[in-house]
Amino acid sequence: MVRSPKEAPLRVLIAKPGLDGHDRGAKVVARALRDAGFEVIYAGLRQTPEEIVRAALEEDVDLIGLSILSGAHMALFPRVLQLLKREKAADIPVFAGGIIPDEDARRLKKAGIRAIFGPGTSLQEIVTTAQRLARHAA
Amino acid sequence: MTRAPRLPPAARAILGGDRRALARVISQVEDRDPAAVAVSRALYPRTGKVPVIGITGPLGVGKSSLINLLVGRLRELDLTVGIVAVDPTSPYSGGSVLGDRIRFERRSDDAGVFFRSMASRGEVGGLAAATREVCRLLEAGGFNVILLETVGSGQVDLAVRDVATTSVVVLVPHLGDEVQTLKAGLFEIADVFCVNKSDLPGADHARRDLVELAGLGSGRAGWTPRVVLTSTTQPSGIAELWEAIEAHERFLDSSGGRSAEERRRLTAEIVELARERVGRQFAERLEREPELRRLLEEVVARRVDPRTAADRLVPGPAR
Repeated sequence: MVRSPKEAPLRVLIAKPGLDGHDRGAKVVARALRDAGFEVIYAGLRQTPEEIVRAALEEDVDLIGLSILSGAHMALFPRVLQLLKREKAADIPVFAGGIIPDEDARRLKKAGIRAIFGPGTSLQEIVTTAQRLARHAA
Repeated sequence: MTRAPRLPPAARAILGGDRRALARVISQVEDRDPAAVAVSRALYPRTGKVPVIGITGPLGVGKSSLINLLVGRLRELDLTVGIVAVDPTSPYSGGSVLGDRIRFERRSDDAGVFFRSMASRGEVGGLAAATREVCRLLEAGGFNVILLETVGSGQVDLAVRDVATTSVVVLVPHLGDEVQTLKAGLFEIADVFCVNKSDLPGADHARRDLVELAGLGSGRAGWTPRVVLTSTTQPSGIAELWEAIEAHERFLDSSGGRSAEERRRLTAEIVELARERVGRQFAERLEREPELRRLLEEVVARRVDPRTAADRLVPGPAR
């Protein structure tokens, strides 16, 4: 059953994997997505990939957004994708934001992260991409 | 002998412990997706046996942290727990930020817990009915206890008493005098009062006030609300909180109040669902039927008053 975006809000999980303790960026994005009509499940800081995938399944989200500043993205993001696959939930698109060098970004996209936003990306661009990814998945 | 009707696949999956199927059907219930109707219908006869504990109270009193510890306690007792946390939807964008998971710390491989965030989705109505359906789905998924977290004091228009078998009202010291509690309408619904953040000064005073108020009787036959002090920063009182909840659940059984309460809740649910449907039908008719559109124009032009128009829609004795 296709969800009409007008009747049924899209659901997105916003989480910060790993150990960095700064989530202002993630909160700003959560707020922007809420204002665009998303139901944002905000999982907060210091989430393990296992916790993130579990939350995504329980909350039946249409999209997962990961935020990271610590530099551990090459370990944590592929792990999230791998766990989603194991749970037969690879249909849930994952996007990411944070401090991610271009070369890493290219490799992560190849691995299956659908969009990566660096510092200075406009909220409008993030929202538009999130809508496109989530609607396609829903 | 009649054969038991075949269960829809999603219902069978939920009964078999498939968490993703459970999550999907919960979404369908939230989305008012007709696909959920058959599943809910098939599972209904198997439900109504587990306690549904409503945890409500004003913003910032520590409901989420309290639930986190309560779940830990229930797991110690080897009980499985389904949690539904309802947060308000923004009336402006229709979106929401559901943040109750932040306080929730569970081993990610613990299959005995299922946490679901739910947005109130504005004034569409039917929130209590949808919440009850979600609680029943969790029960069908095999959870022994359902915890329902809601923001009290009218910010989310969910009558927790229409869903929960035991209602816990969470307060903190110095939230205001007991008149505030009375005003917020929280007093009538409490089976258990929980004074959280009891490490703060004033906790004993708050307890005394509440015990005194509880002693006045809340109109709930035979039950005097318990008052429990808890703290989540230096965890204390959590076992006592669960004991107080259990005491109320036992009271429901020994007093015969359980079936009467369930009857009252189901009545409310039927009425809510019927009201939602009838309201939608009338709204559609006012848009569609030429005669009723003319009637609406008459009301807009101030020649007919709204009550008279409603009488034309639903003939019956004027009140």
